[in-house]
Amino acid sequence: MTDQRQKTGRLRLAPENFLSEEEVAAVASQGASGRRDFLRKSFMAAASAMAAPVVAHAADGDPNILGNPPWTTSLGLPVAANPYGMPSKYERNLVRRESPGLTRVSAASVAFTPLQGLFGIITPSGLHFERHHQGWHDVDPSKHRLMINGSEPGFLKQAKVYTMDDIMRLPSVSRIHFIECGANTGMEWGNVAVPTVQYSHGMLSCSEFTGVPLRLILEDCGVDFKKCRYILAEGADGSSMTRTIPMEMVESGEVLVAYGMNGEMLRPENGYPLRLVVPGVQGVSWVKWLRRIEVGDKPYATKDEAVHYIDLMPDGLHRQYTSIQECKSVITTPSGGQMLLDTGFYNVTGLAWSGRGKITRVDVSFDGGINWKTARLETPVLSKALTRFNIDWIWDGKPAILQSRAIDETGYVQPTYGQLRAVRGTKSIYHNNAIQSWKVSETGEVSNVQVL
Amino acid sequence: MSRFSKPLIILVLAGLAGSALAFDNFKGLGRPATPAEIKAWDIDVRPDFKGLPKGAGNVDLGAEVFEARCASCHGSFGESNEVFTPLVGGTTKDDIKTGRVKSLQDGSAPQRTTLMKVATISTLFDYINRAMPWTEPKSLKPDEVYGILAYLLNLAEIVPADFELSDRNIAEVQQRMPNRNGMTTDHGMWPGKGIGNGGRPDVRNTACMHNCKKEVQLVSTLPDYAADAHGNLAEQNREVGQARGKVTGAPAEKAATEPLSENARVSQLASATGCMACHGVNNKIVGPGYNEVIAKYKGQADAEARLTQKVKAGGAGVWGSVPMPPHPQLSERVFTK
Ligand code: HEC
Repeated sequence: MTDQRQKTGRLRLAPENFLSEEEVAAVASQGASGRRDFLRKSFMAAASAMAAPVVAHAADGDPNILGNPPWTTSLGLPVAANPYGMPSKYERNLVRRESPGLTRVSAASVAFTPLQGLFGIITPSGLHFERHHQGWHDVDPSKHRLMINGSEPGFLKQAKVYTMDDIMRLPSVSRIHFIECGANTGMEWGNVAVPTVQYSHGMLSCSEFTGVPLRLILEDCGVDFKKCRYILAEGADGSSMTRTIPMEMVESGEVLVAYGMNGEMLRPENGYPLRLVVPGVQGVSWVKWLRRIEVGDKPYATKDEAVHYIDLMPDGLHRQYTSIQECKSVITTPSGGQMLLDTGFYNVTGLAWSGRGKITRVDVSFDGGINWKTARLETPVLSKALTRFNIDWIWDGKPAILQSRAIDETGYVQPTYGQLRAVRGTKSIYHNNAIQSWKVSETGEVSNVQVL
Repeated sequence: MSRFSKPLIILVLAGLAGSALAFDNFKGLGRPATPAEIKAWDIDVRPDFKGLPKGAGNVDLGAEVFEARCASCHGSFGESNEVFTPLVGGTTKDDIKTGRVKSLQDGSAPQRTTLMKVATISTLFDYINRAMPWTEPKSLKPDEVYGILAYLLNLAEIVPADFELSDRNIAEVQQRMPNRNGMTTDHGMWPGKGIGNGGRPDVRNTACMHNCKKEVQLVSTLPDYAADAHGNLAEQNREVGQARGKVTGAPAEKAATEPLSENARVSQLASATGCMACHGVNNKIVGPGYNEVIAKYKGQADAEARLTQKVKAGGAGVWGSVPMPPHPQLSERVFTK
């Protein structure tokens, strides 16, 4: 009977929190047979709590097969019932969320991407993480302008103004890149602080961006690239966010003035109608609602490169102009705050990325970093983009500690907490790219832990 | 080939490359920026004071403007921790001499204030001028910014009480900034040549595969309070697939979300007018949550009039110590909608 029910795939195995600490101890003390008995009993309890038909039909098979559901026996909704399509109502749990207590006011705050539920490498636009310093606006594109000028008038032949119409007529490219806030995983520098991968790593998204290489626009203004080794990018919101970016990155053609994201225009929260794309560099430099680029010969020490986004080192100095997001990875399923359904096969899956180029390899450990196995990298594997990895795992019901370790094309290997702290201490807030550990307990509960 | 010397070839190639970058490449796109347009938007101030507007303001003027325009969020003395971390505090006379904030080195500071961190005074001028007050950015005159900055510097005893800060003496004051020697660019995380050590990473791991260590040192686990602090994790995970979310902190969250729909009208209005910056609907951020406001004023016949009055005028004392900035831009109509 129990076996039959399990096969129907109808039952919710292992309801969350169904074991207290004492029960765990009692079950564990009876070894493997005790655990099986326990699981069987709890499945029966769960089964009797469910709708009667389950029990009635269980012997013949799955009621979802034996009795056709309403969607098989009735007419569905017409086209364009949702003119702009929305996710299924069953997906309502996967939304952007704030971390309570992280910031004091929501207009200078963060909403994290629910990485625990995402597949592949593209972040759905509505789930792209949000970070604003002075709230967001839905900017009227017909009134939006991009100005290019110089810190000295002689640094370019002509300071210019472009409308959105102008910018969208320029030669465009589309590129897939990750964007990660410099403070991603910042709450975890000293100790475990948050329960799930959404809060520990969710200031991370990846999209296809469409726009114009900034180099083309600077050339159009006749910029003197010899004298101007820096640009200042400025936003049109109240904070008028400003960030210094090296001209080398502009010259390489990878810095984009982007209006498109995942096939449509940018979302307002992500800078509609125009934002800078600075691949491999922390999100704060991807200035949203971009209104001005100044070319210059010196860095600017703006508020978010002189008071914030500076990394406190153990000797009391702050590192300034730390911009590259170094090689990092995280397992997204199973991950903190989840419950495994049962013992048996799992597709352990996660994300790897590097601000210095392509991911070349990801290794996964199931024993807290003593032994490692190389995971499968899924295509596409692109420079400065998220890369999806997968690896097979059969959970035998014993405690395990899962870790992933990424390697990029420069040969850099993602560091452990011990290695990172030995150099940077525990108070730097920014640029925590340590190997993440998820502990799986005998109950199937997955929790956030740190291993040196 | 051999007839040309190497430098000459390089010159010729460079010339070709130069012509490829011809200026004005996209016929009909973009137009010259006018001097007035550039003046309107180019407000940035660099550490070498390029871009600094002429002007002056003394500590008294600054104290006055700060009280009126800034204190509601930052406290009268820049000390408040309620909307953002304190602006002032944690620096000493000795730090002014050395240019290194001591409490950053010995780790004794409970938190880092703005003046403990910032090395460049230009940063503060630029930022206050472009972004503050938070709800009315770019409404200050240059003299007011000089005055506010003089006031903040006086609170930290960097300048005396009768000081007037101006474009002429700001470079001297830079030499008294308590953390002016507190920055380093000796790192490999700048994606260009001008700053840093050329991209050399500071941490080296190796990709060991087997028997990489003797034991697993588990140094930190999730504290219980943190497990529940993020609401019900079961409701933050998909309900189908490889795993489910763990049930945590559920009852409180459920209860809290109920009144939201009843008060949808209030919520819509509040967010539309920017009030949500400081008041949550269900939770207190700085000011009381809207449902607290409704509960408190419910059944009072003149409640609407009093709330209208309060929001327009600003005020303090009913809910706690942080006063609310006035919102004169709101019309009477918004309140009775
Ligand atoms: C309505 C609330 C509010 C008012 C009024 C306000 N501020 Fe702010 N202030 C903030 C917030 C919120 C931030 C953080 C913004 C961010 O995250 O980028 C901030 C940041 C700052 C900072 C940067 C501090 C740091 O460490 O990053 C300075 C300096 C500052 N404010 C000065 C002022 C001055 C001067 C005034 C008055 C002219 C003022 N503020 C008025 C809310 C306010």
